[in-house]
Amino acid sequence: MIQIKQIHKSYITGQNSLHVLKGIDLEIKAGEMISIMGASGSGKSTLLNILGILDNYDSGEYFLDGVKINRLSERKAAQLRNKMLGFVFQSFNLVSFKNAMENVALPLYYQDVPRKKRNLIAMEYLERMGLKEWAHHLPNELSGGQKQRVAIARALIGKPKVILADEPTGALDSTTSLEVMDILQEVNATGITVIIVTHEHDIAMRTRKTIRITDGNITEVIVN
Amino acid sequence: MFEIDKWQEIYSTVRKNKLRTFLTGFSVAWGIFMLILLLGSGAGLENGVKEQFKGGATNGVWISSGTTSIQYKGLKIGRQIKFTNEDYKSIKSTVSGPDHISARLFLGNNLISYKNEYGSFFLSPCHPDYGIIKEVDIIQGRFLNNIDINEFRKVAVIGEKVKSSLFKGVDSVAMGKYIKINGVLFKVVGVFRDYSRNDDEQKRVYIPISTAQRVFQGKNEINQISFTTGDASAAEADLMIKKSKAVLSKMHTFDIEDNRAINVWNKNEEVRKFKALFAGIRLFIWIIGIGTIIAGIVGVSNIMMIVVKERTKEIGIRKSLGATPWSIVALIMQEAIVITSFAGYIGLVLGVGLLELIATKMPPSDFFRNPEADFSVAVMATFLLIIAGAIAGFFPAMKAARVNPVEALRDE
Repeated sequence: MIQIKQIHKSYITGQNSLHVLKGIDLEIKAGEMISIMGASGSGKSTLLNILGILDNYDSGEYFLDGVKINRLSERKAAQLRNKMLGFVFQSFNLVSFKNAMENVALPLYYQDVPRKKRNLIAMEYLERMGLKEWAHHLPNELSGGQKQRVAIARALIGKPKVILADEPTGALDSTTSLEVMDILQEVNATGITVIIVTHEHDIAMRTRKTIRITDGNITEVIVN
Repeated sequence: MFEIDKWQEIYSTVRKNKLRTFLTGFSVAWGIFMLILLLGSGAGLENGVKEQFKGGATNGVWISSGTTSIQYKGLKIGRQIKFTNEDYKSIKSTVSGPDHISARLFLGNNLISYKNEYGSFFLSPCHPDYGIIKEVDIIQGRFLNNIDINEFRKVAVIGEKVKSSLFKGVDSVAMGKYIKINGVLFKVVGVFRDYSRNDDEQKRVYIPISTAQRVFQGKNEINQISFTTGDASAAEADLMIKKSKAVLSKMHTFDIEDNRAINVWNKNEEVRKFKALFAGIRLFIWIIGIGTIIAGIVGVSNIMMIVVKERTKEIGIRKSLGATPWSIVALIMQEAIVITSFAGYIGLVLGVGLLELIATKMPPSDFFRNPEADFSVAVMATFLLIIAGAIAGFFPAMKAARVNPVEALRDE
């Protein structure tokens, strides 16, 4: 599903150049569930952004489902994100003035699905997350766990092949964290590739493979 | 770009950000409101002054006889000039240019009666062309004609107010009746309306000048010669006046430079002065109006900038979910266009409404009447607004489209 060869990435801030990724090689097969661990500043978030086509890389090669991802036009990148990828963030990133249902339906808006139809599909996904009664509530009326479940529903509605989760449990208590991990495992069980960036061991342990990044290099691959 | 779903998306964001929408809309509505009010007031001022010029062709020239004030060829100052039919004839035959020409006799107010009704009205003997020069509006019958002049007919064309005071009740039909002017019977052949603001000019009775000279005067004297200059330019009209003066100075032996020997009133000159003044005022109004609108546009741009800043995270989320840069530009711009158009329309309606209110409630004064903003200007202002809305939205939208989703999502 994902093949990465010798990816390098530097950030240039003023006169300083910060070499964040120093030649990453990684292969993730379809249906895998892996975690990426590392200290802050190790480059794990940068890697996730590159995987999510939210950021460009300087050299190397990245294939997503056989498509070479390199300096795509914004339009093409947007289409790929919409069709292939689903994002789950630490801070949920729900649109504050849209209710849960509208938030979940948003990716379908960019697939030109008519409003009624996409709201209907959104309700299905919310029901699956056990949030049917909360469909018409705004994000600030939901608990952290509920928000993250809305975010997961939103990530799933576009039928992506890969879910990218950036510290999905970072803002949640341990009980809710476990619930969210359960959901992500269920998602993975349907055949969707799940990649989780985390710094929590318990979370990483719930995935099948853990990749540890230190200082821009993969230093360890643990099969759990 | 115009599918219904996008409108619903705009509607839902607008509905959920009422204050922001109001602030954006207000600056535009205010700008258009002020523009319409300014243009309307300018038009009102212009209409008011135009009203002063009503009743008389704008290209009319009136030449009246006066008293000499300069010694000329041994003749002393203070000599009264008296025009005669000869003056009228020689101006008519020697001065080229005037398309209508008439002589007039001033007979002042005369007792005019019909049966038991009578009143004192201004008697104005003239040639048929005077109807055109004075812009007399015939509402019944006809004005004087050449046969009336040639055959010394005793016919009269009376003002609407003359008719209403002489012909009352069962006798309200004036046409064909005989009125008595200083004891002489004249047949009413026409009724006119005069749009002059001056009440006296509506209480006139026009009779053939030939008849008047024979019946009331017994001489061939006239008091005034007037003509219209057709579509001649200002310079050509001035030349006609100059030539007429030359003819008259030769016939009556006075210095052509003597401005008191004859009085010339060139209406076109007055009209031209006011036209220049109003061109200036209009330009001024447009500059201020456009300035106000630009302030509105800048206000909208400013608010849209803040909106983009405020929505950076939302834009980042949308981009991560698959929004193309174009869809972000469209989202921001359409919102700006919709808000400006709608607010502009409200400003337009309020402005026109207020003008209507002023027009109906305020009595017209000498220099202000009928404030109006014409339709084409309103349409133009609306188009200006939509373009303004697009401009106001464009730069913030481009900024929004360039938002880096990584940074936007980090933005807390």
